[in-house]
Amino acid sequence: MEPITLLTVVVLSVFVGFEVVSKVSSTLHTPLMSGANAIHGIILIGGIIVAGQTTEPGLLVVALVAVVLATANLVGGFVVTDRMLGMFRGRKPTTDAGKGTK
Amino acid sequence: MSLLSPEWTAILYLIAAVCFILALKGLNSPRTARRGNLIGAAGALLAVVTVFLSSRLENIPLILAAIAVGSAIAAPIARRVQMTQMPQLVALFNGVGGGAAALVAVLELGHNADTWVRVAVVFTMLVGAVSFSGSAVTVAKLQELITTRPVIFPGMRWVMSAVLIAALVVGGFVIATGSAGWAIALLLLGLAAGLLLVLPVGGADVPIVISLLNAFTGLAVAASGIVLGNLLLVVAGTLVGASGTILTRAMASAMGRGVSGIMFGAFRGGSTAGSTAQSDRPVRSSGPEDVAVLLAYAQRVVIVPGYGLAVAQGQHTIAELATTLAARGVEVDFAIHPVAGRMPGHMNVLLAEANVPYESLKEMAEVNPEFKHADVALVVGANDVVNPAAKSSPGSPIYGMPILEVGQARQVIFLKRSMRPGFAGIENELLYDPKTSLLFGDAKDSLTKVLGAVNAL
Repeated sequence: MEPITLLTVVVLSVFVGFEVVSKVSSTLHTPLMSGANAIHGIILIGGIIVAGQTTEPGLLVVALVAVVLATANLVGGFVVTDRMLGMFRGRKPTTDAGKGTK
Repeated sequence: MSLLSPEWTAILYLIAAVCFILALKGLNSPRTARRGNLIGAAGALLAVVTVFLSSRLENIPLILAAIAVGSAIAAPIARRVQMTQMPQLVALFNGVGGGAAALVAVLELGHNADTWVRVAVVFTMLVGAVSFSGSAVTVAKLQELITTRPVIFPGMRWVMSAVLIAALVVGGFVIATGSAGWAIALLLLGLAAGLLLVLPVGGADVPIVISLLNAFTGLAVAASGIVLGNLLLVVAGTLVGASGTILTRAMASAMGRGVSGIMFGAFRGGSTAGSTAQSDRPVRSSGPEDVAVLLAYAQRVVIVPGYGLAVAQGQHTIAELATTLAARGVEVDFAIHPVAGRMPGHMNVLLAEANVPYESLKEMAEVNPEFKHADVALVVGANDVVNPAAKSSPGSPIYGMPILEVGQARQVIFLKRSMRPGFAGIENELLYDPKTSLLFGDAKDSLTKVLGAVNAL
């Protein structure tokens, strides 16, 4: 890949990354961190590529370990974030707890 | 089998990258957050399907089996973990992601002779390994498998410098020779650097370290994208790296700390070790009935929930107590410190789990001016976030952290398990204040007794 293309992509991604989280309230810090955590689990793609190119058994084992770890990151990250956020949503219909505490 | 042309592959990866951006964007607001996360998951699924369809891959059955194993391990843990243990889990998933990036980079080393690609390989291995071992230490600290105090030994900073210099030298060898032996040495040095980086961090600062290591893993993934020539990895990794950096800074400022102060504070030596002396000065302890009277005949009560409440699973009981007091005409608010719990925003998640309505949770800036109008501040299982040492003693490890000003309330009641200091290991002067009374015991038990006594009045 052209180095200059790569540099362009990296710089623009940095700015997008800064922008999308710059105004988040502390209320959502935990799910946001957990969600960002899930996204870097996409290293799974890298694991799949290296595992798919290896024929030497020793290296294949290492690559498969990478696939297992990356999958844990990706799947676990999205599942746990969803579970947390589900609690935030489920709060509204329940009005008995702490009613009138304003 | 290569079903997709390179153009289609690139387009599908682009869609996945857009999904990730929308996911982070959606996580900005409670209303859109869940949908955002699902969009992110859909993007990840699309990307994984794309890689299978676009590259000529060997060992597909084994790869699918590895994915099944990874999911089978992670999904049940993610579903069942207690909300109180969330920080450990996030750190754990982050660590394994970093480890995966490092392994991918090692395996790609043999395929690349280009110097710049090898630089990216070295970066990925080093940062991924730091993230892996650093996260492991973080999990151990949060789970209290090891001490939550800073671990320091004489000459630590020299050891750290030596490890970093060695890593640079060995990294140079890897770039020059591409040898697997040097690469393994580099991984080991990275693991050592991760340990040395996180061991000296005190308990109170661990949450920020999770966020920082999260950003590290993002950068490692971005670099692995350069190694593999995969733009999706570059974009996703950079996004996480950049947003993680911003998030780390936001959290550090919520605690009144600089990020470098947290990471290197212990190395500079001196004050961060915290006070170990447990004072035997007298405190005023009282019974549940006394507490009930104070609360029931107050005009305004501010409840400060902390991690101890969550550990005791007392969220539901405290919500009920708030309702009962409100029914008697007492004005009740919850004051939430941004780092209450063990991770920024953690207490909001915990109280959301207990169905406490969002609206009665007040953020620190909003609630602090109200403490002086409060008759009673009820502190349940919190300690460091109300410790005046953060304002008054420059030597304290939490000095400079903004706190909830419970000391300004007319009466302060602490529900505590014991006189043991908080997670940061610092004595709290407020406990000895004449207007403070303490009710010892498990938070949930104490709250149940207080609730019973209020109802009996």
